[in-house]
Amino acid sequence: MSNSTMEASVSMREVFIAETARLLWDDPRSALVLAAISAGEGRFADAARDHPDRVVNVGIREQLMVGVAGGLALTGLRPIVHTYAPFLVERAFEQVKLDLGHQGVGAVLVSVGASYDWSEGGFTHFSPRDVALFDTIEGWRVHVPGHAAEVAGPLTRAVAADDSVYIRLSDRTNREARPVSDRLTVLRRGSAGLVIAVGPTLDPVLAATEGLDVTVAYATTVRPFDTETLRELGHDAVAIVEPYLAGTSSHVIGDALADRPHRLLSLGVGVDDLHRFGTPEDHDRWHGLTPDAIRARLDVFLGTD
Amino acid sequence: MTALTTGLAEARRLAQRTVVDPRYPISTYTLDVLWVLYDRVLSVSPERVDDPERDRFLLSKGHLPGAYYALLAARGFIPSEWLDSVAATDSPLGAHPDRTRVPGVEISSGSLGHGLPIGVGMALGLRAQGLTVPRVYVLIGDGELDEGSNHEAMEYAGATGLDSLTVVVSDNGSATHGRPGGIASRFTAAGWSAVTAPASDHVRLEAAFTDRPGDRPHVVVATS
Repeated sequence: MSNSTMEASVSMREVFIAETARLLWDDPRSALVLAAISAGEGRFADAARDHPDRVVNVGIREQLMVGVAGGLALTGLRPIVHTYAPFLVERAFEQVKLDLGHQGVGAVLVSVGASYDWSEGGFTHFSPRDVALFDTIEGWRVHVPGHAAEVAGPLTRAVAADDSVYIRLSDRTNREARPVSDRLTVLRRGSAGLVIAVGPTLDPVLAATEGLDVTVAYATTVRPFDTETLRELGHDAVAIVEPYLAGTSSHVIGDALADRPHRLLSLGVGVDDLHRFGTPEDHDRWHGLTPDAIRARLDVFLGTD
Repeated sequence: MTALTTGLAEARRLAQRTVVDPRYPISTYTLDVLWVLYDRVLSVSPERVDDPERDRFLLSKGHLPGAYYALLAARGFIPSEWLDSVAATDSPLGAHPDRTRVPGVEISSGSLGHGLPIGVGMALGLRAQGLTVPRVYVLIGDGELDEGSNHEAMEYAGATGLDSLTVVVSDNGSATHGRPGGIASRFTAAGWSAVTAPASDHVRLEAAFTDRPGDRPHVVVATS
């Protein structure tokens, strides 16, 4: 077993749980709100025993979970709120909109499940539209780590701040961790165009662009999006591969390049309810997110086929 | 008599000033409850709107806030002149209260079913910071009680004995599918203490707030 695969055996969720337990000790302002998910032994049960007043498990009540977070924040605490992405973002979306932002307070929302991590669970547990939803409300920072070692930094910074932050964890992971920042990380340079890989799409994008004369940039902070580096790179052909709804960032990139002739290819998860289970790799295939499928779309887009 | 002790009659008169738009007619059925709370129950004042030790009053039912605005003016939280331009372009007073614009307003409300979950979070947040004196009071309407989010909060607060929380249900018989006695029984079934009192009887209403077992969350059903 290589080192990189050993590293990958620690999941983003495990890092999140360990780091949150540490933050609960270090920062008396921090609090954790759960709705049953991740509350058990081996997850947050120890933290709940260690901090009975600041670890709140409301049971399977997601509206209450987000409302409680708003109330905690209004008393000066810094809530971390966690469950499966569709229940955190979609089920309780009005609470996210009104009980946090509209009250003038923030929280750190951390999801698991991503677009189709639990593929056997089917459509009810898929959340490809989460990041797009945050674009409909003001002021959210969004982090999409691509490796377990890319979780602790954004989480620690988010808990130390006061604004609203969404951290999207996934079981899908790149083989190697990269240094994370709020900027695009340029991994290689070429002349035919720019390909931006978001979070866990980096490995498929690197495989897809092998031998192509393109710039490849990696993004883990997607809101606010690093439009400054995007513009500095100067490409008129831009492709972005996102692990959530295709086109989620099209408006951001389009706005950033509005004063220049440019072309944009947006790849990601399709909007269709496929009514299919299988494996996450199956869903990659069905949504055109395998290296071969990405390469085929890039070849047409760049005229390199 | 100072502005802070301006009487209920003055508050009623002030409430009439909030009628600046025929779409938002005056509705003062919550005024008795608000008056009793601010005059006899709550530990809060205009000088203490940021005091961590203050009681929190959350108007979850943000609709028809004329009585609330009048009460805030009568108690000196806001200038009474503000009442003359409710919902005007630059008015801090909307057809729903906005905590970011109105001193003394603890939550921005309007969409029903949000105040009680937020109130649960506030009660937990105060307790976690060792603030054991302040109580959290949430006013909801009997129609608002239809919202499922309230029931998530009722069940949780009852099961965990969240004793620093008081809910007042302003019952004007507006719930769809309401039933006589149904409000208090839903709370007591969830582990709360409950007292029903007519909103117009201020002595009984005050007692309904203060005479409580104290080992569990408490609800006052104020009928009108």
